[in-house]
Amino acid sequence: MKFIFKNVIAALVASLTIVSCNDADDSVKINELEGLTKINEFSNDVHTIELYTNKAGLEQGYNEVMFRIKNKVEGNYVKNATANWLPVMHMTTKSHSCPKSAISKPGNNETLYKGYIVFQMPQNDTEYWDLKIDYAIEGSDYSATSVINVPAAAKRTVTTFTGTDGVKYIMALVAPTAPKVAVNEMKVGVFKMQDMMTFPVVDGYTVKIDPRMPSMGNHGSPNNVNPVQAVQGGLYDGKLSLTMTGYWKINLQLANTTGTVVKGEEITDTVESSSIFFEVEF
Amino acid sequence: MKKNTIVWGLLFFSISMLWSQSPIVDSLKTKELKEVIVIGKNNHPADKQEKPLATVEEYLQKSHKVGMIKRGAYAWEPMLNSMATERTVLTIDGMRIFGACTDKMDPMTSYVEISNLSEATIHSGQEGAHFGNTIGGSVDLKRTKSNFDQGGWKGSLQSGFESNNSQKIIGGKLNFSDSTLYVGSNFMYRDAENYKAGNHKEVLYSPFTKWNLSLTTGVKIAKNKVLEGSVIYDKAVDVGYPALPMDVSLAEAIITSLRYEVQPLGSSVKQWETKMYFNSITHKMDDTTRPDVPIHMDMPGWSKTFGMYSILSGTVKEHDLQLNLNSFYNSALAEMTMYPKDPNESEMYMYTWPNIGTFYTGVFAEDRWWLEDHQSLKFSLGLASHNNTFRDNLGRETLQIFYPDVSKTKARLLVSTSVNYQQEKNKLEWGVGLGYGDRAPSVSEGYGFYLFNSFDGFDYIGNPNLKNEKALEGNAFLTFKTKGIKSKLSAAYFHIYDYIIGIPHKTLVPMTIGANGVKVYTALKQAKQFSADWSTEIRWGKYILGKAHLGYSFGEGSKGEKLPLIRPLSYNFSLQYAQKQFNAEIEVQGNGVQNNYNPFFGEDKTADYAILNATIGYRFSVLKNQMMLKTGIENILDAYYTTYSDWKNIPRKGRNVFIHWTFEL
Repeated sequence: MKFIFKNVIAALVASLTIVSCNDADDSVKINELEGLTKINEFSNDVHTIELYTNKAGLEQGYNEVMFRIKNKVEGNYVKNATANWLPVMHMTTKSHSCPKSAISKPGNNETLYKGYIVFQMPQNDTEYWDLKIDYAIEGSDYSATSVINVPAAAKRTVTTFTGTDGVKYIMALVAPTAPKVAVNEMKVGVFKMQDMMTFPVVDGYTVKIDPRMPSMGNHGSPNNVNPVQAVQGGLYDGKLSLTMTGYWKINLQLANTTGTVVKGEEITDTVESSSIFFEVEF
Repeated sequence: MKKNTIVWGLLFFSISMLWSQSPIVDSLKTKELKEVIVIGKNNHPADKQEKPLATVEEYLQKSHKVGMIKRGAYAWEPMLNSMATERTVLTIDGMRIFGACTDKMDPMTSYVEISNLSEATIHSGQEGAHFGNTIGGSVDLKRTKSNFDQGGWKGSLQSGFESNNSQKIIGGKLNFSDSTLYVGSNFMYRDAENYKAGNHKEVLYSPFTKWNLSLTTGVKIAKNKVLEGSVIYDKAVDVGYPALPMDVSLAEAIITSLRYEVQPLGSSVKQWETKMYFNSITHKMDDTTRPDVPIHMDMPGWSKTFGMYSILSGTVKEHDLQLNLNSFYNSALAEMTMYPKDPNESEMYMYTWPNIGTFYTGVFAEDRWWLEDHQSLKFSLGLASHNNTFRDNLGRETLQIFYPDVSKTKARLLVSTSVNYQQEKNKLEWGVGLGYGDRAPSVSEGYGFYLFNSFDGFDYIGNPNLKNEKALEGNAFLTFKTKGIKSKLSAAYFHIYDYIIGIPHKTLVPMTIGANGVKVYTALKQAKQFSADWSTEIRWGKYILGKAHLGYSFGEGSKGEKLPLIRPLSYNFSLQYAQKQFNAEIEVQGNGVQNNYNPFFGEDKTADYAILNATIGYRFSVLKNQMMLKTGIENILDAYYTTYSDWKNIPRKGRNVFIHWTFEL
């Protein structure tokens, strides 16, 4: 009995291996889109752009955005394009962009182009965002633009302010996206507005954090680590302790390279909240 | 580690067996150094009790070694030698049961009833390490034992009323026995309203209601073999804890066991008893009945224990030997859910006991060696392995907030050893003993997560890296006995190393609204505790018995700081008159001023007090059945008082008139 059972298992394992070998090419494509939501599809004369994100849709704050370029005639996905993008907020009197990363493409086999965009404000009835993607394939330039849907976030995950140094900053909460009762890895993006269309990463600052629960006596949590940059141009990494579920206000202070706080207040018995903060609820 | 203990056990056992020869009958054996509190007999509460239907805690309190931490009228926490439940071992017939409340509102003694019990055996210090590692000693509650005695059906009914809190007590027992089978069943119900402190001051949030049911069945499966199954179901609802910010809507326990006993087994082995047991405790703490709470919260807890023990006892030559193998697995989980005022906001939820498993396996061996000239020597050695494990990831991640490197399991080796010498000569009996033992931190001490202690107003954080707490112990007693007088002086000294206690943390912010700060369980390098008792009984003639008792305890840490909850000078004096049908007693009981208090632990100076109690009892027959009636007044002068061990100085009961009766069928 045991012997037969073993054989059956062996046969099953063998067949599974064979099947997965045959499907190898397809499975890469399937994995590439796993967990992603297609949020938009728009085209120019030659290509269709498929826009994806890892959440249900885009929203105010930090967003990971991916796209694929599909040849309209041949139906295949372009793997060798070089691309850059420009999100623009069209307000009634002016237009501006927002912080964004460069576009990267992980490997030659994949079809997805990836990056992040930080929408510092949501759309409203009269103001909207669009996304322009410029790309080049073997020396030919193409462009496609589409209006995108950026509703307001339920919780504050992005904050815009002018520091005491007169610089206009944008800070965005990148992680945790699924907070838990634990020490969470925290990631924050810190940007400044150079001009209406340029929002580079700020290097070498420190994001001081003080998570509090306003519904419960404004108590805090121990052993947080203030986010700092691991590499220039990168996001800021820190640690966020959440001792229970519920609504947490992560009070912030932004300190520059010399340690001077350019915005935000320390929490004391009389100061219950900083002027800049993120919100987390789970 | 487990292997180690087994090897040690076998080694010890084989050494013991080397002495093997035919036993000699010795009529000169002196009593063991233990204290026994009689609670009830087979069928009814013992006659001579001044308050027959008192609670288990009230009975235990009769021991001069036992103190009670009171958080209300219900579920007092027993202290032995001024040490609370982390430092002692509480068992019922050798079974380990752990309360499910992070605030110690349900010591194991709260899940049994006097109707379940025949007596409580109290061992001080390492002599109490039979069923687990201890510092202060052990209390083993013994269940009512039935015999295969052809007794047929027997029953009794009990009832009582107490004026102070309108407590109504109803109980009953029904037993059957013949030569091969016995069945014992009993129930008890108590229902009490708020109690009143002295001067008629009502203590709000102090009622309770409790049901207890128990069934035991034994079958004689062979001439010398018995198989016994037993179950206790205990349920308390709407229990108020006036000293705490929360009450208990439900405290429920199911306690089951299966026991196999062989006696005698061969010529030297008198008894071999093996038991498997399981108990499950559910404790629901909430503040729904309290007005004006800053935030409403629920704090339920669950504790489950599977365990077994096997005890071999016998007599070989001049040695009374006992070998006890015992093991249990306990899971402890407690959580807290807080409900924000804004209903759209997510509930705040966390573990307070982060789902901790404790696996304990120990072997304990004892040899009582009867020497010539009424002397005896007793040795004991216990070795155990103690393992704590995070049973899930959430628990571990929770504690990693404080201890990022906390490992999934923590193993400890525990030791207990003692030697006692005893002699009885003429009118004197005396003994000295030495002991050494250690204990593992409790779940709260090792893994507690923001446990609010309303006594000192701090949130407590456990510390999984604590060392074992160790105690070196010396004890001595001297008894003088004549026909009319018995006087005993006894003392115990504990030198404790790595004494576990909460110490304020400078930077941590408390979670509880209004808390004073955060304390992390830490160890004082050393601490010392001393307790001494003197008790005397004098008999005048056939009917009159006078009793006097004085007790004193002392405790301080390595820097001379006073330890919390140490009993000040305590005394009681009583005068009894007892003949077959009628008995009466008058008693004065009190404490001196608590001078050795420590504000660091939330203590303040507690004034002295004295109360006066009196009871009378009468036994007569009604329709050929025995009826026993007992009535009495406690705190006759209605003193308003509080003691060193009353949580946040909550006052104790004022005048209480009770009437208890038992009707034997």
